[in-house]
Amino acid sequence: MALRTLTKPLLYLLLVGLSLLFLMPVYVMLVTSLKPLDQVTLSEMWKLPGTIDVSSYVTAFERLAPNLMNSFYLVIPATLLSALLGSLNGYVLSKWRFKGSETLFTVILFGMFIPYQSILIPLIQFLREIGLYNTIPGLIFVHVVYGIPITTLMFRNFYASIPDEMIESAKIDGAGFLRIFRHIMIPLSITGFVVVAIWQFTNIWNEFLFAVTITTSDQQPIMVALQNLSGSQIVQWNVQMAGALLAALPTLLVYIFLGKFFVKGLLAGSVKG
Amino acid sequence: MEPVIVKNTKTVKSPVKTMKKRMLSSDQLLAIGFLLPSLLLIAVFVYGFISWTGYVSLSNWNSLVPDFSFAGLKNYDFLFSDFRFQADLRNTAVFTVLFIGAIIIFGQFLAVLLDQKIRAESLFRNIFFFPMALSFVVTGVVWQWLLNPSTGVNLFLSKIGLESMWYTDTNILAGFKWGKIEFGVPVAITAVVIAAVWQMTGFAVAMYLAGLRGIPDEVREAARMDGATEFQIYRKVIIPLLRPITVSVVIIMAHISLKIFDLIYAMTGPGANFVTDVPGVYMFEATFRGNYYANGAAIAVIMLLSVAVFIVPYLIFSRRKAES
Repeated sequence: MALRTLTKPLLYLLLVGLSLLFLMPVYVMLVTSLKPLDQVTLSEMWKLPGTIDVSSYVTAFERLAPNLMNSFYLVIPATLLSALLGSLNGYVLSKWRFKGSETLFTVILFGMFIPYQSILIPLIQFLREIGLYNTIPGLIFVHVVYGIPITTLMFRNFYASIPDEMIESAKIDGAGFLRIFRHIMIPLSITGFVVVAIWQFTNIWNEFLFAVTITTSDQQPIMVALQNLSGSQIVQWNVQMAGALLAALPTLLVYIFLGKFFVKGLLAGSVKG
Repeated sequence: MEPVIVKNTKTVKSPVKTMKKRMLSSDQLLAIGFLLPSLLLIAVFVYGFISWTGYVSLSNWNSLVPDFSFAGLKNYDFLFSDFRFQADLRNTAVFTVLFIGAIIIFGQFLAVLLDQKIRAESLFRNIFFFPMALSFVVTGVVWQWLLNPSTGVNLFLSKIGLESMWYTDTNILAGFKWGKIEFGVPVAITAVVIAAVWQMTGFAVAMYLAGLRGIPDEVREAARMDGATEFQIYRKVIIPLLRPITVSVVIIMAHISLKIFDLIYAMTGPGANFVTDVPGVYMFEATFRGNYYANGAAIAVIMLLSVAVFIVPYLIFSRRKAES
């Protein structure tokens, strides 16, 4: 114990040092984005701006605003739909098991580990075929389909904590599949919905591969637009950093205000009971 | 960054259920009916499309015009003797080892620090976790700026006589001739590893912290009674108890690392001499920039197999464990 009290200051020193290291990119991002372009010289990267200049945010916002909207049009329906689908699947696979349902569950789960490159070529052919290529609804569809494994897993593990006895007594009272879902499962799984929604919101917002291959120019979500911003000839670092911050803001805000649920999602199903 | 292990969801069966008849009730059929659309979607969009990609990888479709004539293993032959793909294999191997190694060590270390009943724990935790809420694209853009050789952290490092060319360095450390390429550790890869570790360490910290919180205090107490020092308790008791978590972290990180694309695409691209290229980037450029669909499909199949080799046993193992 004596050793512990002695090492306490050292411990805090270490934690503060590491925290600064973790926050360094944010510092550089903020400082750079608040400088006018002529102050964004490589040698002065670490210095605070002489005067606060928000013009890079204005420029970045002007260029990214349509793509930010695209991302919202994509993320909100995709999140809601995949949460709904996941909750139904999770409900069936935890409370209405049948012969072979466990195997089917494993077969579904594999879908979340595959590199999406391995389905991309047929997927794009298919989307072209049905006229959803280069559309936001097309991307919504893709995210709902490939979101099935993770949302099913999260809800299934969540519903496992609801005792079977509750379902059984509801059945005895004459409630069926849908009534039990509506009146017992959904009210009891509000937290589950929040966790899954935050998870899907973050993932779909941040996703890049589907976005860059399925959409072009004015249909592109924010992350593709951000990447294109750095592809331009003269690299305006201040605008890029402002753009990166704008693109990251929605998920950062979700994390800041609902971080608890975000971490829950992260661990959902990953810690053995 | 999808976490997984299948939780044991078995609960005690109520007597009512066991007394029920074997016949499927109409509700049971309704339940299956609700699951059916998802099953069909997975069957087509995961398994069907994988098969289709496999088929494309065996075809001659290497231009804008689809050509499904059978090419045998021609595309695979091409890839394995291709300078770029050989470089990709080297880079992926090096990246995976460095990335996972750093995440495990760093994640465990930070989790143990956070577990010391410190003040403002949630503040520190949030600082280590927040990069996970960011997109790999954002991380790539920011670290491209930070590790720019003529600026960024080099401005500090040069003061202590250290400097790196970071992602523009084309040197291969400990290299030896292997196929068409120099096998070794490309210096440029370390830049990408740093960015990836910054982003993903929080995941390992969260996992280990949950694990540490799950170890009852009695275990430590007992070790203390036996006269073990704090350091010994961690080394001999706690860390071994965290081993199952390490397995999960390794598997989840490995599958992320094998399919990585956006971070590298946004931060460095393929790099000079393909020092930072990976299969994900090659597949994207071959297919969507060069119209080499069959080659792209072959890369995708190789990526899938490299992930499946350990994910399939892992899923089956977790399933068995949940059932027993």
